[in-house]
Amino acid sequence: MNGLNVWTVVADIISSTIVFAVPLLLVAMGGMFSERSGIINIALEGIMIIGALMGCLMMRWLDPLVVNGQLGSQLAMLIATLFAGVCGIAFSVLLAFASINLKADQTIGGTALNMLAPALAIVLTWVVQGQGQTTILIPTWSRITEANFGLTLEKGSFIQALFFKNFYLTTILTIILFAAAVILMYKTRFGLRLRSCGEHPQAAASVGINVFKMRYAGVLISGFLGGIGGLAFTLAAGSGFQSSVAGYGFLALAVMIFGNWKPWSILGASLFFALFKVVGAYATTLQKLGTVFNALFGWPDKIGIKEGISSYLWPMLPYIITMILLVLTSKKSRAPKAEGIPYDKGMR
Amino acid sequence: MKKGLISVLSSVISILIGLLFGLILLIIVNPAQAFPKFGEMLTAGFSSAPKFAKVLYQAAPLIMTGLAVAFAFKTGLFNIGASGQYTVGAFCALACAIIFQMPWWICLIASAIAGAFWGFFPGLFKSLFNVNEVITSIMFNWIGMMAVNLLCMNLLNKDGKNVMLPPAWVSSPIKDRTAALSYANPKAMIPKMGLDKLLNSNFMNISIFIAIVIAVIMWVILNRTTFGYELKACGFNKNASIYAGINAKRNIVLSMVISGALAGLGGGIYYLAGTAEYTIQKLLLPMGFNGISVALLATSNPVGTIFSALFISYIQVGGESLQPVFAKEMIDIIIAVIIYLSAFALLTKTIISRYIRLDKSNVNAEPAPAAPLKTDDKPTSKESEGAKA
Repeated sequence: MNGLNVWTVVADIISSTIVFAVPLLLVAMGGMFSERSGIINIALEGIMIIGALMGCLMMRWLDPLVVNGQLGSQLAMLIATLFAGVCGIAFSVLLAFASINLKADQTIGGTALNMLAPALAIVLTWVVQGQGQTTILIPTWSRITEANFGLTLEKGSFIQALFFKNFYLTTILTIILFAAAVILMYKTRFGLRLRSCGEHPQAAASVGINVFKMRYAGVLISGFLGGIGGLAFTLAAGSGFQSSVAGYGFLALAVMIFGNWKPWSILGASLFFALFKVVGAYATTLQKLGTVFNALFGWPDKIGIKEGISSYLWPMLPYIITMILLVLTSKKSRAPKAEGIPYDKGMR
Repeated sequence: MKKGLISVLSSVISILIGLLFGLILLIIVNPAQAFPKFGEMLTAGFSSAPKFAKVLYQAAPLIMTGLAVAFAFKTGLFNIGASGQYTVGAFCALACAIIFQMPWWICLIASAIAGAFWGFFPGLFKSLFNVNEVITSIMFNWIGMMAVNLLCMNLLNKDGKNVMLPPAWVSSPIKDRTAALSYANPKAMIPKMGLDKLLNSNFMNISIFIAIVIAVIMWVILNRTTFGYELKACGFNKNASIYAGINAKRNIVLSMVISGALAGLGGGIYYLAGTAEYTIQKLLLPMGFNGISVALLATSNPVGTIFSALFISYIQVGGESLQPVFAKEMIDIIIAVIIYLSAFALLTKTIISRYIRLDKSNVNAEPAPAAPLKTDDKPTSKESEGAKA
């Protein structure tokens, strides 16, 4: 097949899908916590950028220690990841303060933060790296390789491509965080209270739940997950941090809606969206496969999607499909009822 | 009148705090250069005729996207999709200019129609299926940008060359942006009417006047017509307006269509100036999002958008003079802080109105009713409606 090893391509597609699904899943889960508590978090994009920025800066600072062997590479990654999450929390406080304490319009506040984050990231990158240096490079030790497990695998083999081509600590953390989030949301008193604040805050308050606290908790959790998600995206994208997360925050919002504000559906939706993203990146390869098929079955060559079109078309499809699904499922949509409405004690 | 004054005051306070924040940030980053550069930034727009021309040149599309957002705000809709409508409008204007060789005014109309088309869907989905317009328009931003990229890269002429790109017109290696109008179709450029010579700048054309005229028309539509009154009524209270016999569903769609048309026109105005080509984008164009700042600063008043767009454009031009020492994104931080502050404009307004009342030592007066952001001039239009009836 023109020198293409099908299994390597399959393994590549699977592992890339997972590595791109990780940030979507994390950030969409973050959005879920915030919206379930009643605050529309449109600032996810901004939170991601701040998380990615601070995580990358932390990696940069830890780099000499890791290179000298004073610090384990994955321990350094853990520090960077947690730092990204904490900075995400700090940034999301701005949203929480405006929308909970000052009862400001949540969408406008979020939009402001989305504009603030990339600008702040560029300015800070300049400050740290010097004038005009707009990319923060990611050190190579950030990836978990077969060497970390003392294995030696042939480069390009199926197992190597499947497990170790795109393997980061964030992937493991995401699995843990996802499980924790599901339990927190559905199996604890906190989760029930949080959800009640998103549905009917006045009723929640009438049974003694502190709506302000719950909403703060929702937004701050989304800040934590969003910050880590931002770092996970930068790792997945692989070309260093350039003060942007390429609209993944908004894509995560779409994932969250697509997943109907429920964790397991969000997991499915994020894998689905990531697959489209990866297939888009593989469009050229698929084009070649299409030509092979055409040759095999004697189809006219026009049938394969044109290369120039496909690289723009594939990334567009998740948005279009979300749109269609939003319209089709609008009657069944389970958006939190009180989201976007500032809590007013007097409206009981 | 007083409400207008309070709105202006709250915007001015937001601007001052934003600028102060920017100055503090400059001092933190580089104390030695902070004050001279900050001063340079504040005066750059007036420092020379070409710089001033650039302020006007950038203000024109900003007025349009600002109007788009403001118009939707008045109907209670948040059109965050101005960026997508702007991009689609820009593409249609350029396509009419480059492929179909149309004169400039037809291209402008085409951009408005394209923008309206792109605003139609979020409006339709909102009114028929009650899908939140914020989410829909964010989706349509990305769909629009990628569709425009796709079309720019794939429209072929009969020689098999890509008609939108420079190589189809001149021998040029550039393949990531559309062909310049100066050789593809000079008559599609918005006329300059000698203004370029007056201000000694190639950027200058009549677009700023077009934008101002449209802003005034929008003000008239919103404040002096039944249609505008109906739109605003839907914004205040959808259920009440339905009860009063207003077709709220139709009005939501119409409001988004008009809003989209305004944003699309902004795209047309910017790219038909002939000084910028549409470059294949990976990220959404910021012009649409700056429109949100413009609208919020103007507290959604169409005439106010003229001034707030001029201000935003002015400090953006100023931002370029920050350049080698500081990143020009410093300006975006200032703008973002200003919007963040205007997000709780309600609070600022209540505080200001309390102070104004205290000045008149009328302490016993009822506290100002908490007027939502979008309600500034409802009373005036009500009066005018009453006068008509």
